[in-house]
Amino acid sequence: MYPILKKIKLNNSVEEMVVRAPYVARHCEPGQFIILRVDEDGERIPLTIAEYDREQGTVSIIYQVVGFTTQQLSKKKAGDELADFVGPLGLPTQFHAHKRVIGIGGGVGAAPLYPQLKKLSDMGVSVDLILGARSKDLILLEEKFSKFCKNIYITTDDGSYGTKGLVTDKLKELVEKGEKYDEVIAIGPLVMMKFVSLLTKQLNIKTSVSLNPVMVDGTGMCGGCRVTVGGQTKFVCVDGPDFDGHQVDYDELLRRQSMYKEEEAHACKIGLRTI
Amino acid sequence: MPPNMNPKKVPIPEQAPQERIKNFKEVALGYTPEQAKEEATRCLQCKNRPCVEGCPVNVKIPEFIKKVAEGDLAEASKILASENCLPAVCGRVCPQETQCEILCVRGKKGEPVAIGRLERFVADWAMENLPQETPQIKKNGIKIAIAGGGPAGLTCAGELARMGYDVTIFEALHALGGVLMYGIPEFRLPKRLVAKEIANALNLGVKIEKNVIIGKSIKVDELFKEGYQAVFIGCGAGLPSFMKVEGENLNGVYSANEFLTRVNLMKAYDFPNNPTPVKIGKRVAVIGGGNVAMDAARTAKRLGAEEVYIVYRRGEKELPARLEEIHHAKEEGIIFKFLTAPVKVIGENGWVKGIECVEMELGEPDESGRRRPVVKKGSNFNFPVETVIVAIGGTPNPLIRQTTPGLETQKWGGIVVDEATMKTSKEGVYAGGDIVTGAATVILAMGAGKKAAHAIHEALQKKIR
Repeated sequence: MYPILKKIKLNNSVEEMVVRAPYVARHCEPGQFIILRVDEDGERIPLTIAEYDREQGTVSIIYQVVGFTTQQLSKKKAGDELADFVGPLGLPTQFHAHKRVIGIGGGVGAAPLYPQLKKLSDMGVSVDLILGARSKDLILLEEKFSKFCKNIYITTDDGSYGTKGLVTDKLKELVEKGEKYDEVIAIGPLVMMKFVSLLTKQLNIKTSVSLNPVMVDGTGMCGGCRVTVGGQTKFVCVDGPDFDGHQVDYDELLRRQSMYKEEEAHACKIGLRTI
Repeated sequence: MPPNMNPKKVPIPEQAPQERIKNFKEVALGYTPEQAKEEATRCLQCKNRPCVEGCPVNVKIPEFIKKVAEGDLAEASKILASENCLPAVCGRVCPQETQCEILCVRGKKGEPVAIGRLERFVADWAMENLPQETPQIKKNGIKIAIAGGGPAGLTCAGELARMGYDVTIFEALHALGGVLMYGIPEFRLPKRLVAKEIANALNLGVKIEKNVIIGKSIKVDELFKEGYQAVFIGCGAGLPSFMKVEGENLNGVYSANEFLTRVNLMKAYDFPNNPTPVKIGKRVAVIGGGNVAMDAARTAKRLGAEEVYIVYRRGEKELPARLEEIHHAKEEGIIFKFLTAPVKVIGENGWVKGIECVEMELGEPDESGRRRPVVKKGSNFNFPVETVIVAIGGTPNPLIRQTTPGLETQKWGGIVVDEATMKTSKEGVYAGGDIVTGAATVILAMGAGKKAAHAIHEALQKKIR
């Protein structure tokens, strides 16, 4: 069992949990993920690692309460335990010796972006950031990012915070103003990553994205997480989760993500077992 | 008592096909004590015991069968368990027809003794009737690590623990058993029984670390640093292969691994009581002709598919699946399309709608000795299905190989071992099961685990002296 040491509500639908998981904490690196099951009969879901502390043997995850399992997770509190917590899974992010990078975090995508940008900053890279969300209360981790990001730009769909508009509008504006970036790291909803990649392709900026498809085991055994990258089938769990954003077939992945939409709705509506 | 000279095996009661396709309960129901006794008296008790030679773990077959004939089931169980730590599993899933039973003298004029059915009977009886004893073993304090809790790892762990070693199994998933839990369906191998048999086998103080992936959570070299004196790698076959045809990433295309894992390990057949779903169409095509393909097809049928096809590029004679599985599949109404190879999965709005195939004919034998299937030009045809399950094998998981310097591997990724000892090119590291052989059987993996355990013991004894 994996004790929950801390649980923090970051906004109405997003929570952070610090879990004791020494085997994950000893080797995990930015970009990697874990798979958890809340209880003995639970479903396996993948979540990207947001932070870790090797000495304490702890890992923190940030999740949006959207489906059955995240609702189940949300009912747990500090002092409770999770049945399973396995990792680190996937390949660590490959960091390049860049001068200047801009991160783009959409909604809860800010969470997996954090360790990547932090590491780049620690390596001496100058880091800028665009955080985007539907509205102000969904903007995450701004304060933590502000400790090392040179410039932070906020965009919201409704204009309740920062600039009204999309992250792509902001990126375009910055580049048109003459800002130069060696790489864009975009993590957020698939649609956002798709449109960021389309834009950066035009702008000719190298782009990395982190994918989070449906998975079962997370070690390459099931192949459920397959995605077409550069015309070839890849398994996100062992070949990713980071990929060259310009090579990913987003439309196929969007479709694959919706494979269990009906079942998800069903499981959430009836609440399944009483938790 | 003269032997029972009936040329036929005592038949094993089974659920009727029309009934069993509506449930996940076991197909074969097992012998009654009377039936077992009757079958046991068919054994001639040969002095040279050819059957034992055919068993990868050398079960003392005539000896345990003799005790069944005498009605001493407790003793029969003791003899069986002395060589095989998972007898209820092996009695069900071993290919006896190519191992022990093929060598049975009775098989020359009639059917061989039903060794598998008797093994299953004794194991089931023992589980129901014998109290679980915790044997007293003098521990030697020497730590051994086992990567993977499938048939190879469990056997290796059980053997070493019996010799007094301090054994820890590291398992990547949340449950022990490997393919016994995620792969082989409930109707062939009930999971309750697997769990119980594993618990028995490890009832010797074996430590279990679930959710630990060797190569990711901890590396082989770190295990040695932590004081483990030997490491056995039994991490299984790994990554599923796909056909590399158009449309293979459409919604509704599964690898057999994913399909079976969802249904068996994650209990998707019981959705929404269990939260993991599985999609099944009215019409299902399973690609491949091995045991896994049969399991997938029969599972699809039980999930409610009306038409289930096995699409296989060679002929019926070339099917690699066990005859018993093919027979059961046919009884359950699975439709076999032989000499047929898929060339494209047809989609509509992102979902599978059909499959395009070509007809094949058999040419000259290939390196496997089977006649090579050749495409008949212009024979393309298609048929409608909503689900495609690809069961054409896989490639070894690269995680351990990539993170263990000094570990020699084959071109296809399997770990190279000395076959007599299962020793790898890296000092203190042994390996066995599918990661060495490629996809094979439970019992071969168990045999490898047993062999490795004895080799580890021998090596460590020398070292200590």
